[in-house]
Amino acid sequence: MSVPLHFQTIAELAPQLASGRLSSIELTQAVIARTKAVEARVRAFNSYDETDAIDQAAASDARRAAGQSRGPLDGIPLGLKDVIAVDGQPLTASSKMLANFVSPYDATVTQKLKDAGAVLWGRLNCDEFAMGSSTENSAFGPTHNPWDLARTPGGSSGGSAAALSAGAAIATLGSDTGGSIRQPAALCSLVGLKPTYGLISRYGLIAYASSLDQIGPFARSTEDAAILLGAIAGHDSRDSTSFQTEIPDYRAELKTRRGPWKLGIPREYFGEGLDPEVGAAVEKAIAFYRAQGCEIREVSLPHTRYCLDTYYIIATAEASSNLARFDGIRYGHRSKDGKDVLDVYQKSRAEGFGDEVKRRIILGTYVLSSGYYDAYYLRAQKVRTLIRQDFLNAYREVDALITPTSPIPAFKLGEKSADPLTMYLCDIYTIGVNLAGLPALSLPCGFTKSGLPIGLQLIGQPFREADLLATAHAYEQAHDWHRRTPNL
Amino acid sequence: MNYEAVIGLEVHVQIKTHSKVFTRVAAGYGHPPNTLTDPVVLALPGTLPVMNKAALDAIIKAGLLLGCDIAPVCKWDRKQYFYPDSPKNYQISQYDQPMCLNGSVEIELPGAARNIMGEHKKIPLTRIHLEEDVGKLNHHATDSLVDYNRAGTPLMEIVSEPAMHTAEEAFAYLTSIRNTMIYGGISDCDMEKGQLRCDANISIRPVGETKLGTKVELKNLNSISFVRDGIAHEIKRQLAVVAAGGKLIQETRDYDGQTGTSQSLRSKEMAHDYRYFPDPDLMPVHVDEPWKQKLRAECPELPFDKQRRLLADYQIPYTITSVLIPDRELSDYFEATAKLAGPGRAQAAGNWIANDLLRELGAAKLPLSASKVSPQNLAALVQLIDAGTLLNAAAKEVFIEMFATGDTPAVIVARRGLAAAPTDAGELEQWCRDSIAANAKALAEFKAGKESAINAFKGPVMKAAKGKANPKLVDETLRRLLAATN
Repeated sequence: MSVPLHFQTIAELAPQLASGRLSSIELTQAVIARTKAVEARVRAFNSYDETDAIDQAAASDARRAAGQSRGPLDGIPLGLKDVIAVDGQPLTASSKMLANFVSPYDATVTQKLKDAGAVLWGRLNCDEFAMGSSTENSAFGPTHNPWDLARTPGGSSGGSAAALSAGAAIATLGSDTGGSIRQPAALCSLVGLKPTYGLISRYGLIAYASSLDQIGPFARSTEDAAILLGAIAGHDSRDSTSFQTEIPDYRAELKTRRGPWKLGIPREYFGEGLDPEVGAAVEKAIAFYRAQGCEIREVSLPHTRYCLDTYYIIATAEASSNLARFDGIRYGHRSKDGKDVLDVYQKSRAEGFGDEVKRRIILGTYVLSSGYYDAYYLRAQKVRTLIRQDFLNAYREVDALITPTSPIPAFKLGEKSADPLTMYLCDIYTIGVNLAGLPALSLPCGFTKSGLPIGLQLIGQPFREADLLATAHAYEQAHDWHRRTPNL
Repeated sequence: MNYEAVIGLEVHVQIKTHSKVFTRVAAGYGHPPNTLTDPVVLALPGTLPVMNKAALDAIIKAGLLLGCDIAPVCKWDRKQYFYPDSPKNYQISQYDQPMCLNGSVEIELPGAARNIMGEHKKIPLTRIHLEEDVGKLNHHATDSLVDYNRAGTPLMEIVSEPAMHTAEEAFAYLTSIRNTMIYGGISDCDMEKGQLRCDANISIRPVGETKLGTKVELKNLNSISFVRDGIAHEIKRQLAVVAAGGKLIQETRDYDGQTGTSQSLRSKEMAHDYRYFPDPDLMPVHVDEPWKQKLRAECPELPFDKQRRLLADYQIPYTITSVLIPDRELSDYFEATAKLAGPGRAQAAGNWIANDLLRELGAAKLPLSASKVSPQNLAALVQLIDAGTLLNAAAKEVFIEMFATGDTPAVIVARRGLAAAPTDAGELEQWCRDSIAANAKALAEFKAGKESAINAFKGPVMKAAKGKANPKLVDETLRRLLAATN
């Protein structure tokens, strides 16, 4: 039985579109139909615009008919996390604060995808302002994991993972501040890539923590991830933190870069709290690389135990400042009961923000306050340097690191939402990467006995995504975890 | 007990750039509300700042002009407070590493008389940093409207040491900053347009005391004369409080220039915690030596240096320089004219500019750049007068026409028949002979050594010449004839 259109990869669909055997309208209609069939159960979308998607697909078909195809993404329906601006479309960050906000401009990645001919399909649910690990912090309700609807797809980019996993898009974009792409990718059996800080423009991405945020792709294969990364990477004059660097042909490099690689196993990532089934699957993956002739070496990242504290100081400090603009004055939710300016601020923000967002704003405001700055923020920045140094030291010995992506598989919705600290532990293996600004990806490496996906994390060196993708590709070639689809 | 006032000024200067400091939209004044905005200015979700290099160039130049140490790295911080004029609810500014440190502003205090140069002093600076301007609130009966046109305009804050003691010094300080910024092309410093704004920190202390007294911050000093009046008023107020046995409190006061009064805005207890931290959206920018060298080469001569040079090189009176110097173009115009006019004619050139040209420009409400009188033409006019070809009264007429038409003085003189010298030298000589012959008394006096008696002969000659005789030629002819007369 052939794979239905909505479960195929970009690499499989592109030649069909190119040859004319398939039109973008047919493909887009298939994705729309699938979305409608599953969305009531999955709840991955905050909004979608069918007419607009069909118009884009028609434009793509017209280009192709005129011999002006823009490449492998032309005509492919892609979903964007609802923190990435698309001109004329809602941009809510899954917050009541922006429930009625429509973006009047395109993010740089949006513009680049439009330039590549992609059909932009849908605004995907996430934790409010990307703060969370389960999408339960969305003001519009949680997204459900297509592999087990009672469970979380992970977060914060849970909608991006669930939509792709469910066949409601061909690929999606998310954003990753502490693991928000990799953890949901692991929990939904997808490839999820968090690029090096500075590789992708953040212009048009609603800022959570500016020095940690990075946009990245969710895909069904490393090849699709490579295609998407190539489309969105590169310096942007609208983002001073975007890096001037040569962008390789990631897709072509998948085939030219071959091991054996020297791979490091950070011992701090295999301790207490790691689910035994997850641990076993990761060990098997390590055994695979060893069998391929890779040198496997244990390494140490001694400052790992400070990652969580450091992250929650830096991320919340930046968030408290970044979210100050949501005040009900120029746009967004404004309380009807405001008596004066201060009252408008207080009531609008009290009504507009959810609990987790408020918690982080308060924490961030506290750590930046006069008298506390040196003890918290300044010290956290120093520890951050040490954490990065740990990784760079390891890279003197090895090419990449292998770890689990998430210590546990998908947990039940509601299971952790009462205790924020347990929830924060979901990111224990992913946040060090953000603090160090490194590229990392999660790829499917098995399932638990109960059928829940398990993710393998590969952490690479700055701006060496091509090597990272090639390392993942080698594993993917020998396994079929990524080909499996959920029963919905 | 005798008290002295101690004054420190915080001066905000808007930098004149084409676009705003962190985005590409145009900066400007007087446009319809909220037309100079874009997603970045409005702080829409997802937008990011990108630094305008021209603004950084400008502040470095300002620092070089004022003798500051230039920081090797331009670093940005967020100053956080909620107010509707600030779209992000934080202002991008420089906190612990300002672009410029130290330096000083040379000031001139009023002289003993208008035509006597006053004492010069140097007021030390603490720092100059760069930040973004905020929007403007317009309050109405039931609501307030915000105009973000001004938001994001590059703004320098120049902070002086508490080193001034009188309102006159503060006035001179602000004047000097304004002149310097205009010379450097950094800002037009039009206070009415908010391009130059000033807050003053004022305290008093017993003479001889070195510790600073309780500081009052005076806001809204929005014209140069309000700065002088407001500070004078505040010093008087503080002296009165102390004289009445009261105690001064640290507070911010708002000065109303119309009524000449001030009222308390807030006391120290309500001070903000700005929660400064480095802006993660902006990378630090390294300012290297070649960059500074390039800007140093673009720095003009400072106003007071230029004034000293004009006084020495052109021997013109102080009063003329004090008219010319505040306006860089005008003083350049003077120099060009004086050079073309030639030695000994600079003062005349200066007088024409300071009196006639400025009067005509003022009446026509035109800037110097719109003047039709070129330095070449004005120099030619001065030369014609000096050569005796043109009498002063006639020259005034010629100038008015030069101003109106842009024609050369020679063309106007010919067209209007205003040339002084009669064509017939014989006729002039005859008029002179007649005049001498008709006034034996003056002749006797002249022969007896009374030099000024010669003037008595000139009137009748001029009358005979219907006012068109070249006075220099008349003088020469009379002297020659008188020498030959017994």
